[in-house]
Amino acid sequence: MPPVTDTPFTEIWVYLSASPLLWLTATLICYLAADRLYRLGRCSPLLNPVAVAVTLLIGILTLTGTPYAIYFDGAQFVHFLLGPATVSLAIPLYRQRERLGALALPIGAALLAGVLTASVSAIGLAAWLGADIATQISLAPKSVTAPVAMGISEKLGGIPSLTAVLVVSTGIVGAVFGTGVLRALRIRDDAVKGVAMGVTSHGIGTARAFQVSPTMGAFSGLAMALSAFLTAALLPSVLDWLGLVGG
Amino acid sequence: MLQALTLILLCQLVGETVVLLTGLPVPGPVLGMLLLLGWLFLRGGISDEVGHTADALLAHFSLLFVPAGVGVMLHWERIQGQWPAIAAALLLGTLLTLTVTALTMAGAQRLLATLHRRRRGAAGD
Repeated sequence: MPPVTDTPFTEIWVYLSASPLLWLTATLICYLAADRLYRLGRCSPLLNPVAVAVTLLIGILTLTGTPYAIYFDGAQFVHFLLGPATVSLAIPLYRQRERLGALALPIGAALLAGVLTASVSAIGLAAWLGADIATQISLAPKSVTAPVAMGISEKLGGIPSLTAVLVVSTGIVGAVFGTGVLRALRIRDDAVKGVAMGVTSHGIGTARAFQVSPTMGAFSGLAMALSAFLTAALLPSVLDWLGLVGG
Repeated sequence: MLQALTLILLCQLVGETVVLLTGLPVPGPVLGMLLLLGWLFLRGGISDEVGHTADALLAHFSLLFVPAGVGVMLHWERIQGQWPAIAAALLLGTLLTLTVTALTMAGAQRLLATLHRRRRGAAGD
């Protein structure tokens, strides 16, 4: 709850909470704290920095009674950088250009299989367990990077802000369990590991992949970019085929 | 830094504009990434400045997802009402996607390698 008595602290609070500075700074501090914890835990995927930072911030916002809209006034500056960061993925891609040509066919096959599995499994499982249509459509693009997934969700009748949350959660699940699953599958090639991570868990998976190796990161970034294209192009037909209203 | 950032933003701006004008089903930043990639190929390399700026943006890629993640606050009720469905889609769906993608790519690579060997074997006969 916000302080109600009229103290100097209240005045400062009222002033600060009206400007974007407070929540922008809070976002950076919480992320830095989460990142420190992650490193202290020897980069254990269980201490995923996004999950920890989000939990910290929700705690602070709840304790101070701050609505999300006020928080986002400050945090939007961080959110905005998703676009330029997506464009920047061209650089790691260019650095891998020689391997890319040789792997075009396997990557194409993996993308198609991954994109279809991601959307159909999400819709199928959610429908089977009784989620409503809006939730199903919001879940469908959950493996695609946030700005793209929100656009797709909005076009097809989902809830964009719910999609954003589901996208982040999917990224966290992939980043937390991905390396373990790939090890269990005995996949050793960093290109294959990267593509699987990028198709499944977009930017958060890519961030994790860059920590394993620059090659895995570059392929993850590539797969994330291409699967954004492919999902945007295919999802309307997939929804149509599954009998969900699209368009 | 400033020039590189301008280049990156310009690619995104052109990407968004083209998407708006043509109604392409792809998002602006993704088109912007392809534009930047094309520019790098045309130029035949990455300047140090562009490389450093992109690396700086990507070094903390996961930070950029935090504001969207905090948005879970807006959806407590819907999530509480449908949590088994949402949890299953998030956990099982995600692990299934990871597995299918990895096995497809590994399988396709093996298939191609086998085909190559056969072709080389046939040519040698």
